[in-house]
Amino acid sequence: MNSLIRWNRPDLSTWTGFGRLTDLRDEIDRLFEAPLAELSRTSQLLSGWTPALDVYEDHDNLYVRVELPGMKKEEIELSLHDGSLSISGERKSEEKSQQAEVYRAERFFGRFQRTVTLPTPVAADKVKAQYKDGILTVTLPKAEEAKPKHIDVNVS
Amino acid sequence: MKGTVQQREPARPSTPERAQEFVSPEVNICETTDGYVLEAEMPGVNKQGLEITLEGNEITIVGHRQVAALNGEPLFHETRQADFRRVFELDPAIDTAKISARMDQGVLTLTLPKSEKIKPRRITVD
Repeated sequence: MNSLIRWNRPDLSTWTGFGRLTDLRDEIDRLFEAPLAELSRTSQLLSGWTPALDVYEDHDNLYVRVELPGMKKEEIELSLHDGSLSISGERKSEEKSQQAEVYRAERFFGRFQRTVTLPTPVAADKVKAQYKDGILTVTLPKAEEAKPKHIDVNVS
Repeated sequence: MKGTVQQREPARPSTPERAQEFVSPEVNICETTDGYVLEAEMPGVNKQGLEITLEGNEITIVGHRQVAALNGEPLFHETRQADFRRVFELDPAIDTAKISARMDQGVLTLTLPKSEKIKPRRITVD
């Protein structure tokens, strides 16, 4: 019989068992070699999404920065309540066609929330937020009474 | 054999190149009949900071963070400053000339179409 190509057993050609095994080994390697920050990322698989967050302070402002890649501006909710700032939202996965075969799914989709207690009172009406390149930056001007004051001492 | 966009075995950390620290971006990869779509999360990276190189059957994604430092003193710090890097092995079915990339709010989307001659096609009988 003539054939164009050699016949492959179909069950062998579609067997992806090794791929899965490699993934698992990668994960285990990561557990042992990764620094702590990386570990907390791995545990996202169990606990949902905890986006990385920074808080900075200077004389006039507090700054809160959160890594939220791939969101839409409208999907991010910010609320200031009782001296704490909450950042929450939901990242929705894009509709994929049914025929797509998934090889890796490391990105998290779903709801998240992070709350920070602010160290000083802020002027709630002057809070500004900017979302750029997947990073949210919130600038919170300190309330006048919370700013450090410089008092001149007059010696007569 | 079934080809995929496989992640290459990571080099052992014994090499001196470790001086330059990178973090590995989280990715989603899926395959359709037309090709592959790869999404990588790289917050703080924009179009200018992106470097994609093709060498043989390997594609290397490097993302340099272009984030301005915040003023003042850190009270709480979780984000990392290291650039992103990850290497993938390409399915030979991919038409490397047609790979396209898009960057949107810190997420890179790579579209890797399969070459026309590999796609399944219907042959009509006259």
